[in-house]
Amino acid sequence: MTGAACALYAARAGLRVTLVDRGPVAGGTTGAGEGNLLVSDKEPGPELELALHSVRLWAELAAEPGMGAAVEYERKGGVVVAAAPQGLAALAGLAVEQCAAGVEAVPVAADELHDLEPHIAPGLAGAVHYPQDAQVMPSLAAAHLVRAARAAGAGLHTGWTVTDVLRTAGGAVRGVRTDHGDIHAPAVVNAAGTWGGEVAALAGVRLPVLPRRGFVLVTEPLPRMIHHKVYAADYVADVASDSAALQTSPVVEGTAAGPILIGASRERVGFDRSFSLPVVRSLAAGATRLFPFLERVRAMRSYLGFRPYMPDHLPAVGPDPRVPGLFHACGHEGAGIGLAPGTGQLIAQVLSDKTPDLDLAPFRPDRFPEKEAE
Amino acid sequence: MSADPHLAVVGAGPAGLAAALAAAARGLRVTVIDSAAEAGGQFYRQPAQGLGARRPQALHHQWRTWEKLRDGLAAHIEAGRITHLKGHHVWCVERKPHAFIMHALLGPEQQEPAAVRADAVLLATGGYEKVLPFPGWTLPGVITAGGAQAMLKGGLVLPGRTAVVAGTGPLLLPVAVGLAAAGAKVAALVESADPKAFVAHTTTLTAHPGKLAEAAQYATALLAHRIPIRAHHTVVAAHGTERLEAVTVAALDADGRVRRDSERRISCDTLAVGNGLLPHTDLAEALGCRIDRGGVAVDEEQRTDVPGVWAAGETTGIGGSALSLAEGHIAGRSAAARLRNTQPDPGAWTAAARARSRLRRFFSALDTGYALPAHWTEQITDDTVVCRCEEVPAAAIREAVDELGAGDVRTVKLLTRAGMGWCQGRMCGPAVAGLTGGEQPPAKRPFACPVPLGVLARAGAPGETTQG
Repeated sequence: MTGAACALYAARAGLRVTLVDRGPVAGGTTGAGEGNLLVSDKEPGPELELALHSVRLWAELAAEPGMGAAVEYERKGGVVVAAAPQGLAALAGLAVEQCAAGVEAVPVAADELHDLEPHIAPGLAGAVHYPQDAQVMPSLAAAHLVRAARAAGAGLHTGWTVTDVLRTAGGAVRGVRTDHGDIHAPAVVNAAGTWGGEVAALAGVRLPVLPRRGFVLVTEPLPRMIHHKVYAADYVADVASDSAALQTSPVVEGTAAGPILIGASRERVGFDRSFSLPVVRSLAAGATRLFPFLERVRAMRSYLGFRPYMPDHLPAVGPDPRVPGLFHACGHEGAGIGLAPGTGQLIAQVLSDKTPDLDLAPFRPDRFPEKEAE
Repeated sequence: MSADPHLAVVGAGPAGLAAALAAAARGLRVTVIDSAAEAGGQFYRQPAQGLGARRPQALHHQWRTWEKLRDGLAAHIEAGRITHLKGHHVWCVERKPHAFIMHALLGPEQQEPAAVRADAVLLATGGYEKVLPFPGWTLPGVITAGGAQAMLKGGLVLPGRTAVVAGTGPLLLPVAVGLAAAGAKVAALVESADPKAFVAHTTTLTAHPGKLAEAAQYATALLAHRIPIRAHHTVVAAHGTERLEAVTVAALDADGRVRRDSERRISCDTLAVGNGLLPHTDLAEALGCRIDRGGVAVDEEQRTDVPGVWAAGETTGIGGSALSLAEGHIAGRSAAARLRNTQPDPGAWTAAARARSRLRRFFSALDTGYALPAHWTEQITDDTVVCRCEEVPAAAIREAVDELGAGDVRTVKLLTRAGMGWCQGRMCGPAVAGLTGGEQPPAKRPFACPVPLGVLARAGAPGETTQG
């Protein structure tokens, strides 16, 4: 997704672009996500600024002819619920700070909650409604952004694996080596997501991207029973957590195609692709607590993916001062679909020697120590 | 390992029953878990009770073999060595440190949970039909060959009055004969394989006097019922408005392409299409078992590469009931020894092992002879629905491949939703792979059937009650 967005904005900025992926389009984390474009789950700071910028760009992209429908763009809004009064107080406090940062956040009293979500569990303390939250179908989004990038002149090589980053005697980037031949370019953008650390290593630099596994449960298709992206307030804490242990907090939403998607689990278990009944069980338990009618709704399937996690939960976006010509656009954890257009546009701006719309200092790729801390 | 080891057998077809009997006869406690109302699987499918079938054996081969399995099962149930759980749909086998838990659904709505705990598990989940789309295939009146046979064996209803049987594979013969014997007019038996393709394997194929005799019986029956055989032909399209009225049949040229000048229309109200079977591997895949050429990979003792998991019958590769019986027998004996921490003696099952290698050779030779037309995907018009669950036409799949950069089945699925619906790609998988131009990858279905979230939320949680 991020690579597709970088290619699109760079090609539209007039640069000559070649997009290379070792797999197919959307073959990595993109194809295993839910397609969240969220501002609600972010605390004020540089990531929220990038999210707000991206939400605006997504709306622009969706307004292009045919694009909104093709990527199933839906500004459905998010509803964050709190089960108990203490949780609600913390949630309301966060909402106030978010509003100051430019987020639209509307408190919802317990007795108004059913107007927003008629089938939600009774007895919840209250919620906050975030009208800016939106969704796309992530694989379609990536594929159609790639299509638009190609229409703007970008080349595409799927199934090509980058095996080395080519550098001049002076150390500057001069292209990449792939298993299908060399591609020469004065700038290389590393948008390899969860595998971004490996590409960085090819250029001789350290970028600590770690996989954080997540499962998604998918139900049988239903008529619209759930109207927003609904999740529990502890999700925000889980997203911001550093723990390697399993965390699950219910995230439930209906989709344009009918099935309901249920997330979100987080655990650091490397690239382990095996199915885990305990994780999926806790997702089901969380979802049925939020929406009791789901008890009898069938789960059809479940899939898993690996979020690109970075130690401080901020992506690496911008030039790498250690290697002239190397740029990074990875490490967006679970927010990559949402943050992609902003990231792509910022990368296109720095590639064209323009001043980026946002300060890239917090996203500096070299902000981590060279050696892993013990 | 417990003092009274317990083996769970998933599936009560020929492989599962042979395994259960072999294991129980050697002192294991066995639970057979099966989704059907009666034991027998697809091959020995039993007529529903209450229909008053007088001679069900008329539709079955090897009735004596079935009687032995049935009576053996009854005796072990009586003796308390075997428990037979009917109507249990296993949706997941969970691997615990020293045990396996079979999570199942039962009841008419498949909403009630049940769980069985065992020391080891033997997967005998059989196969399912390979379905391929063609123009008109969704019309009422178009059924699968296996479906026609199941209707004949189970419901004893005649599916239609004038039938065409088409596709490829050894199942077409008994289906055509069965339909004719039940009173239908079989207007044609359309087989896409080229008879010449079998010539190279004559030695292997004629090494089976039993199979030859069986084939000769069918040939005689086809003649007796005056069923016209069209070899190296294929059904190009099915026609009808409300339901099936006719099919267009055409000859294939040497390259396997349809010869347009040979097209002819045959009136019929039933079309039974069979293109062979595929192994059912969902439970094995979710357990992490290695899959080889579509089936669960097993060793000489029918063990998978996951400790404590055996597999037998068509889940390991398509090969018919006799091979399933041999594999099941070996698996049951191996499990009986291994669960008592003893080395099994392969010398004790040499007859079964010989039958197994002979039948595997035979079916691999058959497999190379029976073949889809080489260019079968060209017959799928753009407006033909490929994925029925999600209503995805062939055009959408072609667009994903040609314009959106999808070069593999998974990406096509993500971009078109083909295979995301109720059947989870069991039906459209081969067609999507064909249209994409790639191999059909292992499906990775964590749930072997849809499971209510309320059941899932409690499955395997502390406090859940388990049998066994």
